[in-house]
Amino acid sequence: MNPSPKVELAIKVSGLRKAFGRTPVLRSVDLEVPWGQVLTLLGPNGSGKTTLIKILATLTRPDAGDVIIGGMPLSKRGQSVRRIIGVVTHDPLLYDDLTGRENLRFSARMFGVQRIDQRIAEVTERMGMTPRLDQRVGTLSHGMKKRFSIARALLHDPVILLMDEPESGLDQEALGLLDAVVTDKSNSQRTVLMTTHSLDRAIALGQRMAILVNGRVAYQESLESGGTEALKEAYMRHTRAVS
Amino acid sequence: MRGYFAAIFAVVTKDVILELRTKDILVSVMVFALLVIVIFNFALDPTPRTVALVAPGILWVAFLFGGVLGLNRSFAIEQDRGNLYGLMLAPVGRDVIFFGKLLGNFLFMVVIEAFIYPVFAVLFNLPIWIPGLLPIALLATLGIATVGTTFSAMAINTRSREVMLPVLFFPVVVPVIVAAVEASGVMIRGDESAELTRWIPFLAVFDAIFLVVCPAAFSLVIEE
Repeated sequence: MNPSPKVELAIKVSGLRKAFGRTPVLRSVDLEVPWGQVLTLLGPNGSGKTTLIKILATLTRPDAGDVIIGGMPLSKRGQSVRRIIGVVTHDPLLYDDLTGRENLRFSARMFGVQRIDQRIAEVTERMGMTPRLDQRVGTLSHGMKKRFSIARALLHDPVILLMDEPESGLDQEALGLLDAVVTDKSNSQRTVLMTTHSLDRAIALGQRMAILVNGRVAYQESLESGGTEALKEAYMRHTRAVS
Repeated sequence: MRGYFAAIFAVVTKDVILELRTKDILVSVMVFALLVIVIFNFALDPTPRTVALVAPGILWVAFLFGGVLGLNRSFAIEQDRGNLYGLMLAPVGRDVIFFGKLLGNFLFMVVIEAFIYPVFAVLFNLPIWIPGLLPIALLATLGIATVGTTFSAMAINTRSREVMLPVLFFPVVVPVIVAAVEASGVMIRGDESAELTRWIPFLAVFDAIFLVVCPAAFSLVIEE
């Protein structure tokens, strides 16, 4: 699905709040990601990165604030939003007792993907998982599962990718494949919001970088505007304050 | 609309494939339900008089307790590896997930009942085929599966989910069990009467109400 050309921002988050019980996790998050850009989101453990991704992916309801994805308000059009996003979470979201092919086929059917077998062949080839397609997922290593997880997120060719530390558990070859997915220019509208703990990867892959600290966006800049050293210093400054 | 039913069918198919591969639900529930029936058979002297009185209750206790085990397992497979998120990421309404899981649970319970009833009939000296029991079993099982699917989704996020499900689920499903026991008793005794015209519509109305209420409740329950 192509995004509306009238909408400037792929993702617009304003005043987003979320608490679990009495513990506030997100305290008024504001974030903007233009179409076609990669925003890397950094932050120390517990800063709210995963919660933010879960809210954007419609897995968790926010307590307050507005989220607009692809021009659609998340609160009213969650189902339509899910059609244009692909999500990679910490967990691979795969059934251990099904094979990779069965898992992908199930996801493809849930997403209403056409020409399922051809699409599965394309995404698994891209993630280097074709030889493992008919192996039960439970017998695969964490890294292999993660590759299938990324393949699953790409199945319906989403225009927005939300990735929560997708590099965890991946070997060097898989990291290269992941980078190719993130920086893929075949679709000029492809927008990526990716959380990571690696500042070097954030700088290498992103066009914009944001730092989430204590449930607030403490820093958000285009990576073209600052040098690498300045970005590293900004990162250290903001994360040191909470450690 | 085709996509709606295709997604429901995809969830059911996935659950059936997983169950055929692991046999987690079918084997454990069947063994449990058989044990309940065998224990009651030894505990009570199954004379024709006592059978007519207690058999319907024993049958539905076995189905219900076994059903709870299966319902617990149904969402445990989604929760253990975070797969519920995988389902929730699909561009379908939450009701699609609900009806997919409901149909899977209903199917498993009906299969188990189809295996358990003949054993029960032999042990309690009843006819193996009582046609009138079929609509009662289908309607009551649908009610149990509908309420149970909602509450198992609710219980899955609690720390003691195995305990929590029956605590939440039994009070709500009591009317179904009462109606099923009464209607089954009429059928087993063979005295088809006006009572049946009361209990079967009661089961149908219960199912209809909860088939409307439960999908809406489920949507609220599965999102944090």
